[in-house]
Order: sequence, then structure tokens, then C-alpha cells
Amino acid sequence: MKHSVPGWMLLAALLMVACSSSIQQDDSPSEQISAQTYIENKGSDTLVNLALAWAERYQNKHPDVQISVTGGGSGTGFTALINVTIDLANASREIKPEEIESAKENGFEPVEFIIANDAIAVIVNKENPVSMLTLEQVSRIYKGEIRNWREVGGEDRPIVKLSRETNSGTHVYFLETVVRLGSSEDKSIFSADTLLLPSSEGIIAEVRDNPNAIGYDGLGYVTPEVKKVALASQNDGPYILPSAETVINGQYPISRHLYMYTRSQPEGLVKDYLDWVRSEEAQMIVTELGFVPVLAEE
Amino acid sequence: MRNSSEKWITRSIQIAGSSSILFLLLIFLFLLREGLSTLGEVPISKLLAVRWYPIEGLFGILPLISGSLIVTIFSILIALPLGVGTAIYIGEIAPRSVKEILKPMVEVLAGIPSVVLGFIGILVLSPFLRRALDLPTGLTALSGAVLLALISIPTIVSIAEDALYAVPNTYRDASYALGASHWQTIWGVVIPAARSGILTAVMLGIGRSLGETMAVMMVTGNAPTIFSGLSSFIAPVRTMTATIASEMGEVATGSTHYHVLFFIGIILFIFSLVINISSSSAIRKRGEKKGQVVS
Repeated sequence: MKHSVPGWMLLAALLMVACSSSIQQDDSPSEQISAQTYIENKGSDTLVNLALAWAERYQNKHPDVQISVTGGGSGTGFTALINVTIDLANASREIKPEEIESAKENGFEPVEFIIANDAIAVIVNKENPVSMLTLEQVSRIYKGEIRNWREVGGEDRPIVKLSRETNSGTHVYFLETVVRLGSSEDKSIFSADTLLLPSSEGIIAEVRDNPNAIGYDGLGYVTPEVKKVALASQNDGPYILPSAETVINGQYPISRHLYMYTRSQPEGLVKDYLDWVRSEEAQMIVTELGFVPVLAEE
Repeated sequence: MRNSSEKWITRSIQIAGSSSILFLLLIFLFLLREGLSTLGEVPISKLLAVRWYPIEGLFGILPLISGSLIVTIFSILIALPLGVGTAIYIGEIAPRSVKEILKPMVEVLAGIPSVVLGFIGILVLSPFLRRALDLPTGLTALSGAVLLALISIPTIVSIAEDALYAVPNTYRDASYALGASHWQTIWGVVIPAARSGILTAVMLGIGRSLGETMAVMMVTGNAPTIFSGLSSFIAPVRTMTATIASEMGEVATGSTHYHVLFFIGIILFIFSLVINISSSSAIRKRGEKKGQVVS
């Protein structure tokens, strides 16, 4: 008994030392490798599927490279970029002046790359007879001024408005371009009873299931189980359905660029990846996933 | 030597025991440090407004408090009879073989991750409630309350069952000796004797509901609407926890929005503190009375 306690402690201490030293040994080489062949990519949920497809293809071509892709929203991506937890931020909106400011405080100059284009599709349930709306009608629906489908030529049903959370670039884009109809003086916002869902999938699931619902989402996310609404920027038409063609020729009224941001001028692996992303091969994947490619000159 | 090792063990246990107080204090200080500057940045009148839309600087937290209260109260109304009922069945009525199956089952229910429940909520529960009750949407406080009840029932059951178990058998025997039936014994003797424990169970269940995030965020629709009568129970609501969870990742550290989210954290902390204090003071009161009865 007398000696057992210190002996036991000694053993424990030895074990602890052994563990910690072995952890250190494991750590240092893997860190070296990660500096060369690992890209952490995070941000816009709109972009997450596309970024995953790119990462997968790129890793097939370069087996020694690892790219990890996560979503969370454009704002989340920018925050992570500035906090140096990732190398490459995906965004469905341009970086805000406050975010540039905060990056500068940390000593970075974010660089922007346009990597695809996207249309925002307004979607309804398949049972809903409404198939076209003007932007003004959509705006009034989301502001809570139109509360029944009857008022826009549908059945006598309450309108359930679905939106992404406020950290989503799509939310901000929709607020500025549709709810406020692009006017910077307009300070109107979504009506308080707009449901704010944490994911694109949540919106698709609810619209697919609920004949009262109206939602919006990036064209790449829209599945055939929901109905896209043709939109008109003028009150007398023409009503245009979203597609790659109508986005490229500028007819569809709500489309936008999608971006990747780096902390500073990219070099090495990140630069190589960004160059590849804008190549013809990578832009083919853009088309496959329902987004709209950027032209090679850009 | 024996004495010194004993001292050493006592000391380390002492440190372990008081560490939770230290952690609590540190967490509270951190919350205060990050959250209290809200009061300097946003006037109280704006905080007590009815609109929450942080990207335009609208920081009215009333709808969030109202949302949390609606979902919690509703969930406890569902969980209380089910949870206490289950505990009474397991503790007093069920034969040994049934009890041995039921008890681990309830514990398994406690182990289901809330995100899984949320998933079931989106795909099964909310469409079902929308059709059954003919609601505009199934993503409502009601769906959240049902999921929260599922989450808090295991807590309630296991603590309430412990409380029933702690009632001495002599109480039951005395009751039977006086000619009381099984049910009369449960209702008139065992439950009153275990009342403080059952109360603790319910309080902890309330705490669990108030703090739950993921399942609630997935099924309540997250619309920051304010309480407007009974219809609010079947309307979308946004809780404090869901707000913090979905917005904290986006905010710039040190911004007003960031501080307000921590302020909401302080409010949540105070809520659960009040719940805990009131439950422990209820236990103490009860304990004193029981002492008198026994003596």
C-alpha cells in the first residue's frame, strides 16, 4: 500500500508522456502535407453541390489532393475565410463592405472569382394551378400584402411563404432584387410570418408536400417534383421560365453570379484549382447540375 | 503515508466537485462580457420590439421569447401526463418482466439524436399534422412541441420513477392495511410522497425543452411571429435557441448582431436558472414538511 500509490502515479504519468509525445510525432508530418495538398472550401449552400462535384473530379485527376467542401451559407463562408479556418469561400453574393473591412483588419485583401451563374427559380407545389407571376406580385406576396392564392389567379388557399435563413446569400439577393424590386430606397422586408428554413432541401421538401407553399431556390436545386413559375419583370409580360438559355440571353429577370473568394492573390494549389474551375471541363459540370456556365473570356 | 494519500484523494475530489461551479461562473462571465454591451448598442425600446430581422438592424427579441415559451409550454403539456403516467406504470403497476423491457426502451428513446427526430418531424409529423388539422403548413409550434415532448419524456420518466422508487414500502403496506385499493394507494399515498421528485422531473423536462435546438429549428418554421392568442400554437414560431444556432455562424465577431445573440443567450440562461431554483426550492419546502410528517 505504501508504495503502490506513487508507483501507480508514475505509471500514469509515463503513459501520459508517451501518449502526448506520440501525438506530436503524428502531428508534425501531416501538417506539412496538408499545407501542400489540402484545400478547405466552405460557404454558400447554393454552391455546395457544384463545389462537391468539382472537388470530386479534381481529386480524380490529382489523387494526391484533398478538397473538403462544406455549406453553411455565404456569410458563414466569409467569416471562416477571414478567421483563417478555410482557404476558399463559396458565395452566392458579393462580399459586403463590412466583410472587406473585417478582412482588412486581419490583414487580408479578399480576391473575387466569378465561377458560375445561377437563376433563382420561384417554385410552387405541382397541384397549384398558378404557373406565372409578375415580380411585383411575388414581392407583394412576400411582403404579406397578398395572402391568398385567389388574388393571383389560384385556388382559395392561404399562401405559405418559404425563404432561406438570413445568413443565406440567396435570401439577401431575393430581398434586394424581388422583395424590393431592385430599388435601393425601398426598405421593405419579408413579412414576419415568412418561414425561414435552414436548408434548400427543407424548402423543396415543404413545397413538394404543401399545396399552399411558395418558395424560391437556386435553379440547380430545383427538382422535377416542384413546379417552376414563369416570371415577368413588367406587369404585361412576357413571362419567362428559368433555364440556362433564358439566363444567358438575359430574358429571365432574376439571375446572378456565383463566386469563390480567396484571402489574397491565390498561388500554388488554390490557384491551380481556381484556374481549373473556370476551364471548359469544369464548366461542363456547371451545366450538368442545372447552373449556368460562365463564358471562357471571363 | 496513508494519511497523505487520503488527503491527496480528498483534495482531487474536492477540485473535481468545485470545478463545475468554476465552469458555470466562467460561462456566465463570458456570456455577460459578450452580451451585456447589447444594452449600450441597442436601446431597450428596440430590443422589446416585435420584429426580428437582424440584417436590417431590427433586433426585437419579444417574438423569440414568445416562440420559446409557446413551444416549451405546449410540449410540457404533452410530456407531463405521458411521462408521469409512464413512470407510475413502470414503478407501481407493471409486472417485473414488462418493467424490465420498458425501462431500457425509455432510455433508448433518450438516446435518439434530436436531429434524427427533426428529420422524422419534417418528413412524417408535419405533413401529417397539416392534413389532419387542415393547417396552412405543418411547420408549426405544434410539431415542435410534439418532438420536444418526445425528447423530454425520457428525462421525466427516469427521474419520476426514481422518486416513486424512493417512497418506502412501509407507506404502501400501511395504506393496504387500511383497506385502500392499489389505485387509491398510488394516488393518495405514493404520488403525494414522491411529489417533490416528480416536480423535479417536470422542471428538468421543461429545461430540456427550453434548451433543445436542432429538432425545433427543423420543424417550427422559424418565422419570428409574436404570440397572438391560441392560434399561435398552430402557427410557425422562432425560438431563441434556433435563432442563436442558425445565426451565430454568420455574424461578424464583435458586431451588434453578435452581441444581441449573446444577450439572447443570457436570457436563456436566466430562464433555466429560474427553473432550476424554483424546482430546488420546491424540493426543500417539501422536504421540510415531509420531515415533520415522519417525526
